[in-house]
Amino acid sequence: MAAVTPALHADIRDKRYARARGAQSHIALAGLSLEIAAGELVALVGPSGCGKTTFLNIVAGLDRDYVGEVRLAARPDGCPARVGYVFQEPRLLPWRTVHENIALVLPPDRADAIVRDMLTAVGLAGAHDLYPPQLSVGMSRRVAIARAFAIEPDLLLMDEPFVSLDHDTVEQLRELLLKLWRARPTTVLFVTHDLREALMLADRLVLLSAPPAHVVGEVPVSLARSRRHSGPEIELLRDEVLRQHRELIGSAATSAPR
Amino acid sequence: MSVSTAQRASWLRAVSLAQRIGSLALLIAIWQITAEALDSRMLPAASAVFIELARLCADGALPFNLGITLARVAAAFLVAMAVGTAIGIAMGRSRTLDALFDSWLVLLLNLPALVIIVLAYVWFGLTEAAAIGAVAVNKIPAVAVTLREGARALDRNYSQMAQSFHVGRWRTLRHVILPQLYPYLFAAARSGLALVWKIVLIVELLGRSNGVGFEIQLYFQQFDVTGILAYTIAFVAVIQLIEWVIFQPLERRAGRWRP
Repeated sequence: MAAVTPALHADIRDKRYARARGAQSHIALAGLSLEIAAGELVALVGPSGCGKTTFLNIVAGLDRDYVGEVRLAARPDGCPARVGYVFQEPRLLPWRTVHENIALVLPPDRADAIVRDMLTAVGLAGAHDLYPPQLSVGMSRRVAIARAFAIEPDLLLMDEPFVSLDHDTVEQLRELLLKLWRARPTTVLFVTHDLREALMLADRLVLLSAPPAHVVGEVPVSLARSRRHSGPEIELLRDEVLRQHRELIGSAATSAPR
Repeated sequence: MSVSTAQRASWLRAVSLAQRIGSLALLIAIWQITAEALDSRMLPAASAVFIELARLCADGALPFNLGITLARVAAAFLVAMAVGTAIGIAMGRSRTLDALFDSWLVLLLNLPALVIIVLAYVWFGLTEAAAIGAVAVNKIPAVAVTLREGARALDRNYSQMAQSFHVGRWRTLRHVILPQLYPYLFAAARSGLALVWKIVLIVELLGRSNGVGFEIQLYFQQFDVTGILAYTIAFVAVIQLIEWVIFQPLERRAGRWRP
């Protein structure tokens, strides 16, 4: 295969948090190295608290205090890559309307048209003038996803965006995400501790260890997305992954079958 | 049929307004009766004060002096809010600045208003700038302390969101930071206005040749309580009007997103 520049190349050799009063520092990431090809949807799977959010914050440029390197492929026009971020909580500004929340991240001259498109695409065409406290949790997540897609990201980071939602809402949001992703192809790094969710969404799973986090395995998922509707095939895949990676048992495996 | 919440709210507002008017009417009635019973130059009747108020309005002296004093209040208020907010945010965001200047703030907070005013006049002369500056310096530390609290309470999650989406500095300030500070700004503005207008009168009394404070000094020399009370009523009414016409609508606007 020809050497194509990956959309994301990350090699975090060391990331640690200082503890108060000179106690030993907490090592969050050690030798976490990862490459994602353009257009790939990769799920980063690991136990809760293993440093996945820390990793995303480093990739997003929010955290520069680490040893290692992060390279994002430049856009075709030479501009630096745009990164969209869907946080674990929607992080919408409660004092701005839904429309204003999305417009905030866009160039002002084109914002209105893009916001209209995106809200229609996530099924919230009637919600422009609502304030976030008026939205249901599912609607808030939709707005957060719309905001991330609105900037036409080269890399989309998603940090357990469907955590603590009811089953039906999660199902709908997953469908929505895949629909948006097909219509607006981009590279996605999706963080989750739910192995089943990862298998339903991703082209490839990257499995992380308990802290200090590093990659312990990779699982390509070749099953067509149309056949991943939580049927027996997903369960089979899941069992196989768990067999090969016993270290995941006790974290991802504990989530009860649905 | 249940009454809608909007109807209920406007009904409650009407009741509370009626209570206020009734309470004020009671005060004026007690004042009138007491004054008539005492029949002393030291306590003129309410009716006499209101007649004097009307006369002063008609001959233009009161509107002129009131206007000058309000202009000083506005200038000192704006300077104090701007400088105090900047200092407060800087100290709330930076531990170093906070450690460096916290004691200065405490010192300023405890400095009597009169000392600041006298020193300002001694050092900078009996000028308009010295007068307004002295009032502002009296208010700045309180604004800074309030806004420092606000800056410390800023939610890092929103800042991270703005940073990761490359929302520019100015837009971040306007849409992300300031809305979080509004409650603190309003608190500082409210107590600020209450303090500033009282100190402006002292500044005028000590070193200006016009304004409400200066007029009150003239009446004081003549023991003319009627004039003093007429000016006081006009001034208090205008300050209350500012609260109703400017602060409350602004605050409602800033809080309209709250469910």
